[in-house]
Amino acid sequence: MSAEAGKFDPMHQFTVEPVAKLFAVGGREVWLTTSALWMAAAAILLWLFMLGGMKRQLVPGRWQAAVEGFTGFISSMMSTNIGPEGRRYTPYVFSLFMFILFCNLLGLMPFAIGGMHPLTVTSHFTITGVLAILSFAIVLIVGFWRHGLHFFSLFVPHGTPWPMIPFIAPIEFVSFMVRPFSLGLRLFVAMTAGHVLLEVFANFIIQSSGAGAAIGLPVSIASLALMIGISALELLVAGIQAYVFALLTSLYINDAVNLH
Amino acid sequence: MPQINQLAENWYFASQLFWLALIFGAVFVVIGLGMYPKIEATVDARDRKVADDLAAAKAAHAAADTIEDQYRQQSDAARAAAQAAVQSAKDKAARDAEKRLAKVDAELAGKMAAAEADVAAARSSAMAEIESVAAEAAGDLVAKLSGVKVAAADAKQAVKAVLHG
Repeated sequence: MSAEAGKFDPMHQFTVEPVAKLFAVGGREVWLTTSALWMAAAAILLWLFMLGGMKRQLVPGRWQAAVEGFTGFISSMMSTNIGPEGRRYTPYVFSLFMFILFCNLLGLMPFAIGGMHPLTVTSHFTITGVLAILSFAIVLIVGFWRHGLHFFSLFVPHGTPWPMIPFIAPIEFVSFMVRPFSLGLRLFVAMTAGHVLLEVFANFIIQSSGAGAAIGLPVSIASLALMIGISALELLVAGIQAYVFALLTSLYINDAVNLH
Repeated sequence: MPQINQLAENWYFASQLFWLALIFGAVFVVIGLGMYPKIEATVDARDRKVADDLAAAKAAHAAADTIEDQYRQQSDAARAAAQAAVQSAKDKAARDAEKRLAKVDAELAGKMAAAEADVAAARSSAMAEIESVAAEAAGDLVAKLSGVKVAAADAKQAVKAVLHG
């Protein structure tokens, strides 16, 4: 991949390869892509994982306990942040969290499906952005549906002195409108940066191996050690970013449900 | 950066959007709406079962305590009743024995009195016999010794005087 034309390109790994053209809508072509394949793989893996938790035994086995650990994690997060009403939105936040988590983790795996090079779906802001806009849209719909125009009082924090409202409200409005961008960009940037870092260090090993054992060996060993550490860190980041996305979504939904 | 460069491609954004909508939609419907509530229900059912079982255990414990109390009270009452019954039986037996004893005593006393009366009668008849025999013998003796015939009445009187002092 990066070795083609002898030039190293750490960004090449993010390229979405078209596999087969399916149809065209309004002049736009829809292709089966590597991105679609990895999303599908993540969804199928997630489905298999969840299937293990569907035994519904009174005393759970290991697998069921693991699945119930995830559902309990999200449902307790929702009830802490939103309250008893949060249960209604838990299916969405749970799907979001698990889908992002599985995409993140699958993107870190050093293998390919049927010759398709590994791709982290969540390193594309077209994906994270759409998910962020989806969460934001849910917040807007729930907010206006429950509170009507009263939802705009969200921009006036409780207890603001009257003279301060003209200054505070625009700031609150801007910070509210920035939410989908920060939500989508955070995940995209974290995934991209981590994978670039891994590829750069991997490239150090390949490049230095051409410079003889005296330089190549120490550089390779140091790079490998760093890569092991960064891989562990990236596993952590994969979980944390999925959690942050779900947590912020739950906090935004809380604003829409309870105002503040 | 391919994420930005590829935006220019005709198929890129449409495909990303289409597949994300399709796959995330499927994940939401199948996993979020289909599987998640069932798992949640299982967890809730387990929590409820644990709470119910704990409550049931507590109730059973309380019930056992009251039953033990009842048992203790009943056994105390039964013991008291048994003691009372034994006491009354003892008293009754004692009274019966006394009554029978008194009856037997009375019977024995009657028998004794009758026997004493018999003995006294026999004695007096024997005495009378002895008197008549002794008077006869005394008359015969006097007749043999002195040839004087003593009247039977006199002999009887003399014998009576000797016998009775």
